[in-house]
Amino acid sequence: MSTTESPLPVTMQQRSDAEVAARVKALESIMIEKGIMTTEAVDRLAEIYENEVGPQLGASVVAKAWSDPGFRERLLANATEACAEMGIGGLQGEDMVVVENTDTVHNVIVCTLCSCYPWPVLGLPPNWYKYPAYRSSIVRAPRRVLRESFRFDIPDSVEIRVWDSSSEMRYWVLPLRPEGTEGMSESELAALVTRDSMIGTGPTATP
Amino acid sequence: MNGAHDLGGLDGLGPVAVEKDEPVFHSEWEKAAFAMFSMPFRAGFFGVDQFRYGIEQMHPAEYLASRYYEHWIHTVEHYGEKAGVLDRTETERRTQHYLEHPDELLPQRDDPDLLAFVNGVVKTGAPAGRPSDAAPKFAVGDRVRVIDDSPLDHTRKARYIRGKTGVIELAHGTFIYPDSAGNGRGEDPKHVYTVKFESTHLWGPEAGDPNASVYFDVWEPYLENA
Repeated sequence: MSTTESPLPVTMQQRSDAEVAARVKALESIMIEKGIMTTEAVDRLAEIYENEVGPQLGASVVAKAWSDPGFRERLLANATEACAEMGIGGLQGEDMVVVENTDTVHNVIVCTLCSCYPWPVLGLPPNWYKYPAYRSSIVRAPRRVLRESFRFDIPDSVEIRVWDSSSEMRYWVLPLRPEGTEGMSESELAALVTRDSMIGTGPTATP
Repeated sequence: MNGAHDLGGLDGLGPVAVEKDEPVFHSEWEKAAFAMFSMPFRAGFFGVDQFRYGIEQMHPAEYLASRYYEHWIHTVEHYGEKAGVLDRTETERRTQHYLEHPDELLPQRDDPDLLAFVNGVVKTGAPAGRPSDAAPKFAVGDRVRVIDDSPLDHTRKARYIRGKTGVIELAHGTFIYPDSAGNGRGEDPKHVYTVKFESTHLWGPEAGDPNASVYFDVWEPYLENA
């Protein structure tokens, strides 16, 4: 009796981190020579999202909305214009929509088709937001995913709205102001606003 | 296209793996890969819709099993080769070279205009809104159905909403139409609406959450009256 190896259905290439690094460097070197990139511009772009544009900006917007009812109204009516009042806006936030949590409604954002995320207020998304597990499941069983993966309980009585960012509109969440924060300044309030509370996958911090 | 990128509703991918204290970039190569959207965009390789379509054409197994920025590298190579800027043989040759000489420095070049572009584009963005004289065919409150077809090329009509019925919650005005622009056929602006779909309608009365819904953005040609 003869035996033959059963062939695999897919010829798949998985690269090590070092192999990807070398490939990116190869592409970068070609694009530097062709006038498309420079190392200085790469470093500057990275520095912007490491140090300047991140969830601290969204937190400052949320804190202002909690403190100033007129601003909150403008933010919910047109988030792009309201954020521009604070000098916040730009790439991947050209058309932003803020959705407000209430005692009866909880919002959460996702991009099932790629990785759309409001960069000007939250910075660049974490890997879990871009990876298949979150994108596939949050639209299907949001309450269970929030409980099991994020240990974040939303009672059955609270409606969950999942915003799948399939167009160039960029959604993000205005969380509920935590109790016991009366009289706190905007900067004290901003310190309570977590990134995940603006995605809808976590709570704000408690004072 | 019915690609692996269209993930809404796929089961079995496990719990969400949250990385503790995740850095913005894990390595130097992620910084360079991140720059390979905006800089080749400036050089005319692609628009954002084409960029996405390039990613969608990855083999499903590779798409699911590769790091996020590897997706970006895939589409950059795809369009860079089309543009005649990149050449597969040369990419492989240099990759081998840098694997053997990982500490070798990259070529240096001054480009104040590129630096100004980086600082500018982060602040101004690249809006996708486009004016159009077309009157909207639908209004907030309308019950609509997503046309149940399966384009072979780029679309944002996810499988899990095809054939499903919902209510228009928001009307946003006219924007670049990905089903045209992503396939290299021009911007062709269309009205964009947010449609609310009940979970129990999307997934059935057993699997669907009775107190949850999905809000999904569609371009007008995706819709018919329900």
